[in-house]
Amino acid sequence: MKRTVLTVDDSRAMRDMLRLCLSGAGYAVAEAVDGEDGLLALRRLRPDVIISDINMPRLDGFGFIEKVRAEKDYLGIPILVLSTECDAAKKARARAAGATGWIVKPFEPAKLVSALARVLA
Amino acid sequence: MTDLTSSATGTGRELVAFRIGQQEFAIDITLVREIRGWTAETSIPRAPDFVRGVVNLRGAVLPILDLAARLGLPPAEPSARHVIMVVQMGQQTLGLLVDEVADIQLANDGLIQPTPEVGSELVRQFVRGVLAVDGRMIVLIALDDILPSPSHGVIAA
Amino acid sequence: MMDSMEAIRVTFFQECEEQLAELEAGLVAIEGGTAEPDTVNAVFRSVHSIKGGAGAFQLADLVSFAHGFETVLDEIRSGRLEPRADIMGTMLHAADVLSDLVREARDGTALGIGWREVLADLDAIARHGSVPAEPPPPEADEFGFAPITIRIPTGEPEPMASDPDRLMVEFRPHPTLFARAHDPIPVLRELARLGEARIACDLERLPPLDLLDPEQAYLAWRIELSGVPDTAVRDCFEFLDEDCDLVIGPRSTAGVPPEPEPELALGHLPAARTATAPEPSRPAPSKVSAPSQAAPPPPGAATCGDNAPPPTIRVDLDRLDRLIDLVGELVINQAMLGQRVIEAGVARQPAVATGLDELKLLTREIQESVMAIRAQPVRPLFQRMGRIVREVAAATGKVVRLRTEGEGTEVDKTVVERLADPLTHLIRNAIDHGIETPERRLAAGKPAEGTVRLVAAHRSGRVVIEVSDDGGGIDRSRVRQIAERKGLIPADAQLSDPEVDSLLFLPGFSTTETVSDISGRGVGMDVVKRSIQALGGRLAVASRPGQGSSFGMSLPLTLAVLDGMVVSVADQTLVVPLTAIMETLRPAPGDVRALGPAARVLAIRGGFVPVVDLGEELGFSPAGRAEGAQPVAVLVETSEGACAALLIDSIQDQRQVVIKSLEANYGTIPGIAAATILGNGRVALILDVDALVASSGAPASSSVLSTPLSCSR
Repeated sequence: MKRTVLTVDDSRAMRDMLRLCLSGAGYAVAEAVDGEDGLLALRRLRPDVIISDINMPRLDGFGFIEKVRAEKDYLGIPILVLSTECDAAKKARARAAGATGWIVKPFEPAKLVSALARVLA
Repeated sequence: MTDLTSSATGTGRELVAFRIGQQEFAIDITLVREIRGWTAETSIPRAPDFVRGVVNLRGAVLPILDLAARLGLPPAEPSARHVIMVVQMGQQTLGLLVDEVADIQLANDGLIQPTPEVGSELVRQFVRGVLAVDGRMIVLIALDDILPSPSHGVIAA
Repeated sequence: MMDSMEAIRVTFFQECEEQLAELEAGLVAIEGGTAEPDTVNAVFRSVHSIKGGAGAFQLADLVSFAHGFETVLDEIRSGRLEPRADIMGTMLHAADVLSDLVREARDGTALGIGWREVLADLDAIARHGSVPAEPPPPEADEFGFAPITIRIPTGEPEPMASDPDRLMVEFRPHPTLFARAHDPIPVLRELARLGEARIACDLERLPPLDLLDPEQAYLAWRIELSGVPDTAVRDCFEFLDEDCDLVIGPRSTAGVPPEPEPELALGHLPAARTATAPEPSRPAPSKVSAPSQAAPPPPGAATCGDNAPPPTIRVDLDRLDRLIDLVGELVINQAMLGQRVIEAGVARQPAVATGLDELKLLTREIQESVMAIRAQPVRPLFQRMGRIVREVAAATGKVVRLRTEGEGTEVDKTVVERLADPLTHLIRNAIDHGIETPERRLAAGKPAEGTVRLVAAHRSGRVVIEVSDDGGGIDRSRVRQIAERKGLIPADAQLSDPEVDSLLFLPGFSTTETVSDISGRGVGMDVVKRSIQALGGRLAVASRPGQGSSFGMSLPLTLAVLDGMVVSVADQTLVVPLTAIMETLRPAPGDVRALGPAARVLAIRGGFVPVVDLGEELGFSPAGRAEGAQPVAVLVETSEGACAALLIDSIQDQRQVVIKSLEANYGTIPGIAAATILGNGRVALILDVDALVASSGAPASSSVLSTPLSCSR
């Protein structure tokens, strides 16, 4: 069975790009447009891994990760942050919120896929 | 209205035979979308004499050509007995006014005889062959040049 | 793959437009003090999004500009920089530059280098704001495909890989590792894939089962690797570094040496995992049983939540237009049915009448709903005008504020698209010719800052858009002077104020002597008027000296229907677009006079307008009108400004008609714009008034008129 990746990003172009890259690597892809939407998507499907943006309207990536981690059911889902930023403070904040990993945008498809392989049991 | 597509069976080439005055003509059945009774047209200004006007075909504007006039015969004086053959050519839908539709002929290409040598320009332009059936002579015509392409604006000129 | 990337690229640029509009709106709100708490965030996000996408498409200039922009916005967002007026000015300018860069990137046009100066300004502001504690990382790191490197905070000097062939890795997960949904197994698997690996599990800290806390981490691993570079090993631990004790080093230096035992080959790992309880405790991993959840829907289906922004779908325009066509047919059919019912004499039966009324209402509602699908708010269009105002104000040394109202007003997509040029021109005109310089305004007792108002509203089935200014108003004596000099009016013409104002719309009229770079561009107000009319709209002007001018346009909600006057000509039914009609009258015998061998003119209010006898012109009644029949004259004005009287037999009705193309099945017909289908099911042709008047030989300019007929109704 295909592994499912939930991508959470307010940019459709970015989601499309992730979809292209991930479906090419054999993943099923579900999408959400921001953190709030991501939480709703989580309630309806259980992704094997989440890739989330940080800067998003309504509920940003930090808040999203915190809310995901606050629910026991979702503790086991790896969350990779995909962000243009790479400063240490932001990374630390994401880590504190419960992010599994951090990938810098723009991403290299091969790197993204190998990063996924590393967090997926 | 008669649905002709449902009666299309068998192999070979199916033709719709129709009558204009005392002559019989036929066109390829695949061109014919439907056959309707004649209704009064709305005249088009400065149109060629064989263009009778336009009618409403389920919300689309359908130009009606007097096929008799187009073929150089005396123009039709349409009545309720006349029929319109709605034909589809590429993107264009046209209505052809004829006296009546006779029948459908199944014809192998072998049965279609070459057009006899006649001098008429119009015959050369439209006639593609002649079919002899039970003593009837049915003239096979092509519609390619029936209405000059709208993009060329020939009609408009 | 290429096609997909191209499609994503298109999406990216579409999103950029949305982000730019939001950016502009947000900045204007911040500047005007009407910002919501979240506005600064939204503005930051817009620039940030553009930067993110631009990075993916390797648009380096766009990325670096967006980055500089974003840095300043971040300062504002964090409260470290106050959005003072001068800073907001730079921000708005930067938004314009960003929008240029986006468009240049999209269209592949050559980049100017002016943006670098603006970027320098942004950098200066960011630095002046005296904050960034840490210097920004070098660009290559930030924007290139930065290698994701991780420093391992072991607190010790990093072990040297003196023997690159043999590495010893000691890996002891912390409980937090599992809390972040990491799993050691894929990491070990990844290591084993790199080269020859001997992996041993350290069970030393594993407590007896009854003391085992499932949220603790008890296990550690020692991995001996051969022929694997240590950078590759570090990559495997990329995300784990802070959630474990990790020592990577040459075999000799790494950790506690005793030869690992019991030794497990990697292949045994899964078995070990299930057989022994000592498995790294994953807190409640419930991949199989997800109690509170329904069966997962197919991936991709669950993308939009209940509280998500209004969900939208993209629809092919062709499909939409087909739907609009069908609804047009429904409208016609409903009208035909109504007529048949009357003909059948059953219209008075209550049940029939009620049913018909309901059908009519329903049909109208369906039609309006379908038309609404094509409708778009004018907001993006209005937002673009902010930039025009800033540019023209800067170029003319005037201080101007744009105020907009009714941005949510919706108009047909095509109308919105085609309004950009006329609106731009009107705005340029308002600033260039309307608003005075600050000195003159102050002298006139007005605030130095002029205001241009842009207002949209729905009014009785049409959209009204008004561009007004609080400037000096139209200088009527000057307008007259110019019109006289250009021979547009006789020197002694008696003109009312509105008539003088409407001279502005005459072709060839331009109040600037030289073609101004600002509002001139060789384009006069006549072109604005023509483009509004081409949309089925009307343009009118009102002005008060010293108080300003206002240009109002009224537009149809959609281009699929048109308001028309249904008329009879030689037994044919024709439709005259209402926008072209100025008035209708029944000329007295003798009002229509011959002029030369063929032409005729109609005497009206002391002037003469050329006559177009529709029956003759269209070849419907070659013999001419029956003797004694008194024609009706429809006074029309072409979009060129020429007036003419169309002679018809009678007026039947005035109604909205659905526009049907003639070109698909037939071709263009001179003098005919399109067709429609009337309630009786018959086709009626819609006149192309411009073409008819032009081909009938009526002069295209109204300069022949002794009195220009006011084009206002």
